[in-house]
Amino acid sequence: MTEERTGASEGQRTPLYDAHLALGGRIVDFHGWLMPVQYRSILEEHRAVRQTAGLFDVSHMGEVEVKGPSAGRFLEGLLTQNVQDLTPGRARYALMLDAQAGVVDDLVVYARASDDFLLIVNASRAPEDLAWITDKANSVAGVSVKDVGPTLALLALQGPRAAEILDRLTQGQASSIRRFRFAQLRVGGVDAVVSRTGYTGEDGFELMCQAEAARQLWDVLLREGRPDGLLPCGLGARDTLRLEAALPLHGQEIGPDLSPLAAGLDRFVKLDKADFIGRGALLNEQAAGVPRRVVGLAFEGHVGVPRTGQSVVDERGQEIGKVTSGAISPTLGHPIALAVVPANYAAPGVFVGVMIRGKMAAAEVVPLPFYKRGA
Amino acid sequence: MSPQELKYTKDHEWIQAQGADFKVGVTDFAQSQLGDVVFVELPEVGRQLVQGEPFGVVESVKSVSDLYAPIGGTVRSVNQELLTHPERVNEAPFGDGWMITLSPANVDDIGELLDAEAYDALLAKEQNH
Repeated sequence: MTEERTGASEGQRTPLYDAHLALGGRIVDFHGWLMPVQYRSILEEHRAVRQTAGLFDVSHMGEVEVKGPSAGRFLEGLLTQNVQDLTPGRARYALMLDAQAGVVDDLVVYARASDDFLLIVNASRAPEDLAWITDKANSVAGVSVKDVGPTLALLALQGPRAAEILDRLTQGQASSIRRFRFAQLRVGGVDAVVSRTGYTGEDGFELMCQAEAARQLWDVLLREGRPDGLLPCGLGARDTLRLEAALPLHGQEIGPDLSPLAAGLDRFVKLDKADFIGRGALLNEQAAGVPRRVVGLAFEGHVGVPRTGQSVVDERGQEIGKVTSGAISPTLGHPIALAVVPANYAAPGVFVGVMIRGKMAAAEVVPLPFYKRGA
Repeated sequence: MSPQELKYTKDHEWIQAQGADFKVGVTDFAQSQLGDVVFVELPEVGRQLVQGEPFGVVESVKSVSDLYAPIGGTVRSVNQELLTHPERVNEAPFGDGWMITLSPANVDDIGELLDAEAYDALLAKEQNH
């Protein structure tokens, strides 16, 4: 086989595009970005993250700076979480809703100072998010909004060995960063903002640096981690990992028609705080009873692969919902799926059917997450 | 270079004479394009297939592909190992990753298939576009 395989050629490139090609990455179009879906094997990369470590280029994600004396209060009006209580160096996962409580995006807000915040948003939503936030900030004094994505690169180092690997490059400083905190560190000669965050269900870090330094950081991390089994990992493994950890993906578990309460993200929604966009609709939804919920489904045996959009049916074969995400779990060895079903089906032990290529496969509602580190 | 003793279809299946029957699988190119194979659906023994008819499905993490009968005939055996070890298709597409054996309905069907040289020429063209 040839080493270079370009399935897509039109699209935006991250600063690490050439690195992906050099490593034999299979390039695909991801919402207008040319990204590696895998290098050698999605399953091999997935296992590396679960057993040792994996390195992802996630530079396609968006970064938006929100600054000014009113920035904190402004963000609290936009997000489902408190923000002003974040001391510098702390980050928090939050959702940004529209007035109907549909999800504009899910994101992580980093508090750099009381008047200085950085939002890291999904690549698929970055232009919409920027327009949304800018629009809302127009009528507010003391807030400035800036898209800093183009100047930055973002890498994710994930897995049980991630801390040891990064510690060797930072004189032990990496492991002292606690979960959802971040610090400025020098890693292999590159200045990076290092956060103890990730999207895989493993321990790990996300490292943000200037675009020009990205290749150096990438190479240093790969070289340092190779003896530990560190592999470069693509978007394919990123998706199977987050699915096992039951982390939502915008456009699948959450979206304009899928509220955070339906997605089971209640603990990231602070209805008791000052008003934010969507709060009213959420209160109504809560009062009326959340009609649909995202549940985890587990399948026995060899029934095929559950996939987004497949019908979930009741015992009579009537459609009651849809699969939002599905795969054969590399860690568990059987098919798993997230699906949106009516609330009365949303209890562990309930059986439903999933139409996999025209045949009904039996599935059981199971507690989430499917996989938990250390369990 | 694809194995010389096999015949090929333009859909990247291979076929190999096994006594009176024929063994069928997908090529190395196919498994590489698919990525990690996670599920293979194969027909029942005894099913009659027409040349070119879909006889099963191979699913990878990111895709689903139909399998097409290179010749018409009756399914004689099915590789059960693929149920529990679908990755054999990636590991050994011409060996342990075989899928079915067929008892041919019409041996002339074979004449329509590509030999190794013609298949490799097809691959060269596909990889250069």
